[in-house]
Amino acid sequence: MKLADENKKYLLTGNEACAEAAIQAGCRFYYGYPITPQNEILTHMAIRMPQVGGTSIQVESELAAINMVHGSAAAGARAMTSSSSPGISLKQEGISYLAGSELPCVIVNVQRGGPGLGDISPSQADYFQAVKGGGHGDYHTIVLAPSSVQETADLVFDAFDLADRYRNPVMILGDAQLGQMMESVVFNKKCKPNSFKKDWALTGANGKKRNIIKSFYPVRGELEEFNAKLQAKYSLIKSKEVRYEEINTENADIVIVAYGTCARICKEVLMENKTPNIKVGLLRPITLWPYPSQIIQEISEKVRAILTVEMSAGQMVEDVRLSVSGKCPVHFYGRTGGGIPSPKEIIRKITEIISVKEEKTSVT
Amino acid sequence: MEAIYKTPDTIIDTPTHYCPGCGHGIIQRLIAEIIDEKDIRGKTIGIAPVGCAVLAYNYLDIDMCEAAHGRPPAVATGIKRVHPDKIIFSYQGDGDLAAIGLSEIIHTANRGENITVIFVNNAVYGMTNGQMAPTTLLNQKTLTTPQGRSEQCDGAPLRICELLSVVDGSRFIARTSVTSPKNIIKTKQLIAKGFNTQIQKKGFSLIEVLSPCPVYWRMSSVGSMKFIDDEMTKVFPLGVFKDWESQN
Repeated sequence: MKLADENKKYLLTGNEACAEAAIQAGCRFYYGYPITPQNEILTHMAIRMPQVGGTSIQVESELAAINMVHGSAAAGARAMTSSSSPGISLKQEGISYLAGSELPCVIVNVQRGGPGLGDISPSQADYFQAVKGGGHGDYHTIVLAPSSVQETADLVFDAFDLADRYRNPVMILGDAQLGQMMESVVFNKKCKPNSFKKDWALTGANGKKRNIIKSFYPVRGELEEFNAKLQAKYSLIKSKEVRYEEINTENADIVIVAYGTCARICKEVLMENKTPNIKVGLLRPITLWPYPSQIIQEISEKVRAILTVEMSAGQMVEDVRLSVSGKCPVHFYGRTGGGIPSPKEIIRKITEIISVKEEKTSVT
Repeated sequence: MEAIYKTPDTIIDTPTHYCPGCGHGIIQRLIAEIIDEKDIRGKTIGIAPVGCAVLAYNYLDIDMCEAAHGRPPAVATGIKRVHPDKIIFSYQGDGDLAAIGLSEIIHTANRGENITVIFVNNAVYGMTNGQMAPTTLLNQKTLTTPQGRSEQCDGAPLRICELLSVVDGSRFIARTSVTSPKNIIKTKQLIAKGFNTQIQKKGFSLIEVLSPCPVYWRMSSVGSMKFIDDEMTKVFPLGVFKDWESQN
């Protein structure tokens, strides 16, 4: 594949689209280690990076990969690493250092089943790890959750811009389903990698004040001050960068909250009018951090119930409950270990929730 | 009148946090002198480790980056790939390089990354008050080897120069010490050779420096120097282990 033509449509896996979008977004430094189900990212980078004068290294470990990203980001370049769940766990120390050093970079997690070695099937069980920090210390990565191959590509572009704008790591949280499936994709997002001034980067102190990239603040009081600065940045991100998709939430009886692959499945429930007597809406968070709490709270005041659907034992549902704050019942349906909720299962759950409610209403 | 001896421009004139008798001050000054003499201050980027030398950027007036424990060679790789014409060096201790970061140093050498590594071997974890390092000598007492390091339980000291000299990608590997003016002058020559190796794009260079830690060796400053000369050099012989120039 040659340099992507913005007018052309390509048939690619989510992983390939992710890698190509990174190149189109000006990423020239990629460091990765093989792990299923994200290997296509490595192989695509190995072919494409030399064609565009970039660097793609298959490294000795996930630790080396994330720390090479640290180096390239500190040097002012757009850098990326990718992995799947167990590998992302290994990178967590490095992600904490990147956040603590305020370095921009993109990390891709093509989630698989866990815990431990788990399996290579789709999963959303790394939600906590992705949105609550993951590594040590008070920090956040911006987390973007695509639900199609096209959106994977588009969000990779946005991820690099967000990273540079806020000097913060950004994670693309996909899963084995999104990474492996093929769909048509166009690379027509406009991106200006050089529009962010990086006067903090390490380039050698030639004729300018020298720069230090660090996260160590041993003098009493300095670290608290630095944390306050980080928290102020996170507040700004929360106020400006929340993204979500809202379908049929007006006058809905029940609204499903789901992201990524699960949101796609839930769309099927909505589209084919499979619940003619119950009006079902969908709220799909696109940013998992910052979380779309405000809109979920507003919805909770208008609906009979909210249903959260995940490929986990119930992780995002905690953020839904925090957002709803008791205003309406919050139900959960999840599958784990590579199980994928089917539209039929979701409809059964919806019917169950509403009929239980109706029974209660008729009794009182 | 011409000054024949002064603080190097690359040294920030400030008290250091190093303990009395520590070798880091000598070694960092040598690096500063070399940077001045080669006039490369504006294009040199250093990587500070986790350990006693983490605050090296408080003393060396150049662009610097911290790295997680053991990862300076990976961070150096990431910087060097972005700036192939800049001079990149990592400054690492024995815990950082030979224990938690052993994988990174071997693979960085094996890729032949064109960087220079200053490896300070003081046979102990100084920053955390004196535990056993991979380079602690047999029978040497530390906080975690109160009866002395036992080969059966803890393994024998790890020889990094010998290990890295058999890695194909390494180009210049040498061990030196800072126990006497003669050895300090030699150390400066070898570190300068490491930088030259990089400037001439010959590939990976590492200079191991045997350095005293009187406080955690529980020895006097003079006794520490004698310990290096009499005991450490028996296990860690000084010399050049690999040299791209003599190989050609």
